[in-house]
Amino acid sequence: MARRGKPKLAVWKFASCDGCQLTLLDCEDELLALAGELEIANFPEASRAVVKGPYDLSLVEGSVTTPHDAERIHQVRRASKFLVTIGACATSGGIQALRNFRDVKEFISIVYATPSYIETLRTSTPIADHVPVDFELRGCPINKQQLVEVISAFLNGRKPNTPRHSVCLECKQREQVCVMVARGIPCLGPVTQAGCGALCPGYNRGCYGCYGPMETPNTRSLSGWWGRLGVKEQELVRAFRSFNAAAEPFRRESELHER
Amino acid sequence: MKTMNNAVIETRPQFVLERSDFNRLIEILHEKGYQVLGPRLRDGAIVYDELESGGDLPAGWTDEQDGGTYRLKKRNDEAIFGYAVGPHSWKKFLHPPQVRLWKARRKDLKIEVAQEEQPVSKKAFIGVRSCELHAIAIQDRVFLQGPYQDPFYKLRRQNAFIVAVNCGQAGGTCFCVSMRTGPKVTDGFDLSLTEVLEDVRHYFVVESGTELGAEVLAALPHNAANEKEKTSAEEVVKNTAAHMGRAMDITDIKGLLYRNYEHPRWENVAARCLTCGNCTMVCPTCFCMTVEDTTDLEGEHAERWQKWDSCFTTDFSYIHGGSVRSTAKARYRQWMTHKLATWIDQFGISGCVGCGRCITWCPVGIDLTEETAAIRGSEAPGRKEDPHGNGNT
Repeated sequence: MARRGKPKLAVWKFASCDGCQLTLLDCEDELLALAGELEIANFPEASRAVVKGPYDLSLVEGSVTTPHDAERIHQVRRASKFLVTIGACATSGGIQALRNFRDVKEFISIVYATPSYIETLRTSTPIADHVPVDFELRGCPINKQQLVEVISAFLNGRKPNTPRHSVCLECKQREQVCVMVARGIPCLGPVTQAGCGALCPGYNRGCYGCYGPMETPNTRSLSGWWGRLGVKEQELVRAFRSFNAAAEPFRRESELHER
Repeated sequence: MKTMNNAVIETRPQFVLERSDFNRLIEILHEKGYQVLGPRLRDGAIVYDELESGGDLPAGWTDEQDGGTYRLKKRNDEAIFGYAVGPHSWKKFLHPPQVRLWKARRKDLKIEVAQEEQPVSKKAFIGVRSCELHAIAIQDRVFLQGPYQDPFYKLRRQNAFIVAVNCGQAGGTCFCVSMRTGPKVTDGFDLSLTEVLEDVRHYFVVESGTELGAEVLAALPHNAANEKEKTSAEEVVKNTAAHMGRAMDITDIKGLLYRNYEHPRWENVAARCLTCGNCTMVCPTCFCMTVEDTTDLEGEHAERWQKWDSCFTTDFSYIHGGSVRSTAKARYRQWMTHKLATWIDQFGISGCVGCGRCITWCPVGIDLTEETAAIRGSEAPGRKEDPHGNGNT
């Protein structure tokens, strides 16, 4: 494909642990090809050299947790032609969205010596709550192959192959034995979106729901079955309240089991 | 190619193979160039995988199955086929989950397409049950007997050597007797075995179904079976048939489901259904697949992959602008009605062989025998004669 100049790539960080943007550096085999096809214009984790915008492709990591970030995301949107959010923080608010269920002011008063220095929002919210997002790549952290797939799809003008069905389809296609059926281990796989390659069930552990709710999650039914496996209400709250606690179907389910 | 033709029932000569000589069968198949695949223990289940030797077989193990649960249990004998069917089916070898169909490379201004070479590997399947033979026959209809043949499936099918086993024990979710697909193996095998365990003796009554099967049998130490041994083998199958874990009344099943598209039971099952797709993955007859195109970063190389798909995803029925089956109710109804009713219109045969996998491996234990019974049980007398068959009352 004859491309006019290399598309400019920018990587942005909001409230996050950096694990998702590190996935880009972790693409060891593809890194040279990536650098050949894209101009890495703004990626402070990789290089101090920053090229001015606008950018053709922006990867946004992290959630919005401060008034400053709530402003900054609009600047990022304005500077980006195509904006892709990466990871659980950017797509659902991340683990820090646990604050959404409590009074953040109370936390601040307990944790910080001088609470008045802290300027933070009451909730942690996904990027799509603030600006239009062109594509969301899920996961905590995101999967390297899926990131390459999304970038490759962007470069070649096609839709990325990142299905929104359950983890179970991946698990079965990898010929793994269902940990919930064969061992009675509670697993979030049936309500969680695929993308990780059913990693945890492959190691005889239940799915933790890192990729957030699948397209049509029936959390109510799964919770009922977990109850039969001996899982207590408080444990159900914690299971649905992790990396994707604020994703709507998981938030609703966790609240049903509170108290 | 072996066919499944129940009309021809011939009496085949029966032989006896002692347990102590059984492992030789695997060696002979290896010597003949087969990759030998069969049951073995892995991750808390009996799965189908490569067998290096007879030592890999799950001797002395069985399974306990019910809706949404499967547990391995020790047997109090050394039976090697003393379990029902597990999470895998032979589908994974004959119709693999992921297959690359072709790859293409950009060369100057042209695109060069390279047809995928399908490696011809001979595979021997050890321990194929009657329901599974029927499932293979159903997939044969889908992939080989329609207007278009799948050449890759054909190749895999032609290179499969099938060692069938008459079930010595019915699983908790088995209902092959209802579906008339077992437990007695009738056709479609190279060799068939019945495992007999007596106080001091452990042997197999063997029949060969093809010339190739007879050739393999000839290389094994064997004797003609006497009347007592034949009777013992028959008893094994009779006993299994009498202990089915589930049953399904299939009287006018097509009419029943066609009349009940709007039955309230579909809402009831939809409240439980996770739309996770596990039932379709474990089903030995579900054949749906999708095609996925990929490119590399440079846009120089593209590939087309065929992958198992499921009617429980929204993408499955996505046509311009949205998914046709947006609700769990629509998707579960589509799956069960296809399996048990519309399949008959499409392929002239039911899509269900009564293996019970969809019941055992459903994470919340949804049971299609229970669902059909609930719909049947609620039908008011006289409703069956509804000439319009639209299910509205």
